[in-house]
Parts: sequence; structure tokens; C-alpha cells
Amino acid sequence: MLELYDGALNVPEILNRWYAEESDNNYGAYIPFVGTVREEDGIEGLSFDVYEPILTSWFEAWVAKAAPLGATLKMAHSRGDVLVHESSYIAAVFSPKRRVALETIDAFVEDFKASAPIWKYDLKNGERLYARDRSTPIEGSGLLGGKS
Amino acid sequence: MVTIEFLGPIQKAPLTLEAASLREVAEALKNDTEMGQWLDSCAVAVNDALVASLDTPLKNGDKVSLLPPVCGG
Repeated sequence: MLELYDGALNVPEILNRWYAEESDNNYGAYIPFVGTVREEDGIEGLSFDVYEPILTSWFEAWVAKAAPLGATLKMAHSRGDVLVHESSYIAAVFSPKRRVALETIDAFVEDFKASAPIWKYDLKNGERLYARDRSTPIEGSGLLGGKS
Repeated sequence: MVTIEFLGPIQKAPLTLEAASLREVAEALKNDTEMGQWLDSCAVAVNDALVASLDTPLKNGDKVSLLPPVCGG
């Protein structure tokens, strides 16, 4: 399940609802990762653009990869502005035993950072500035510039 | 005609042009001074699927998307 929200996430509502949704499914482990905007370099917050069609296919590929391990994935992300100390990202894995959930959340969050079509901006002094130096080219980038 | 769309921080309106492959799109964009800083770092999707070859054929109505470096979370 992939959920997109305008603005900050309601973390307790999402975590509790996901817990309730899976409570009868005999999972022994529920491992959520919550990403919260930190106060850093004088920013007022972060802002996000999301390209939903490719994000959805990326997420569905992960769901298919987790299924043979007996794991279920859920993810929520913000669009638009999220202020300091608010949260913009939750990923969670449910699995029968802890090891699969621990390994899957690690691999899923790392691939999310490298591949999910989401762009981050710093909100600073009333401006929205692309965080280019913290961004990663998606694998295979540079095709049109003759790199591949 | 194919449509070229520029995602995220690339502040550029969509273009439409005649192109039979991604190689022809690459040639057209190399002459676009606004795109010089982006071409080396963008991934490319055709009809919302990422592609890895300039020989990817294009047909009338296709959508080509340029995805600059990402940072979710």
C-alpha cells in the first residue's frame, strides 16, 4: 500500500492504522521507519515533488519482491511542504519473523533513496531550493547526454 | 509527435517534437541551452517506464520524461 499526502504525515494515525490492518495476519514483526525533518542549516522545512506513475511502479515491484519472503510493505510520503520536526516519510515491513523484516526495511529504504522519483527542496528565507547536492542520479542516468 | 516532459526541479514547459527514437530526442535537446546542465544527470522514461538505450523506438503520442537526481524521504 502506497499513500501520498499533501503536507506532513499524521504519524500516529498511520502507524496505528497499519498495525490494526495487519493484526490478524499472524505477523511476528512490524518494523516502521519514520523520516522526520531536522533543523539544519537554518531551513524552515523541506518540500517535495513526487512523480506518482513511476513511484507506483517502483513500489509495486518491491511488493512483488517481498511477497515470496512472506513480507508485506507499506509506505507513506508527503507532497509539498513539511516543516522542521514534522515527518515526511514512513516505510514499514511486516513479516512472520524479524530477520526478513530487518533486512527488507534496510534494502527498501536504501533503494527508495536511490531510485524513487521524488525531489527534495529546502525551504529557506521564503525560497524553495532544490537540494541538488544531496540528490542521487537514478541508475542509468545520463543516457541523453551520451553517458550510457 | 512525441511529448517531452521535464520533472521535478527542471523548470521547463513540455516540448513536442518529431522523433523516431530517443537518439533523435537526445540530438534535439543537446541544442537546447537550458538543458545543458541536466542531460548528464537525468534518467529517461518512455510512457512511464525507465529505459536504458538511445535506440528505444518512439511512436506518435509517446511521452518521454526526464528525471533529474532524486532525494525522497
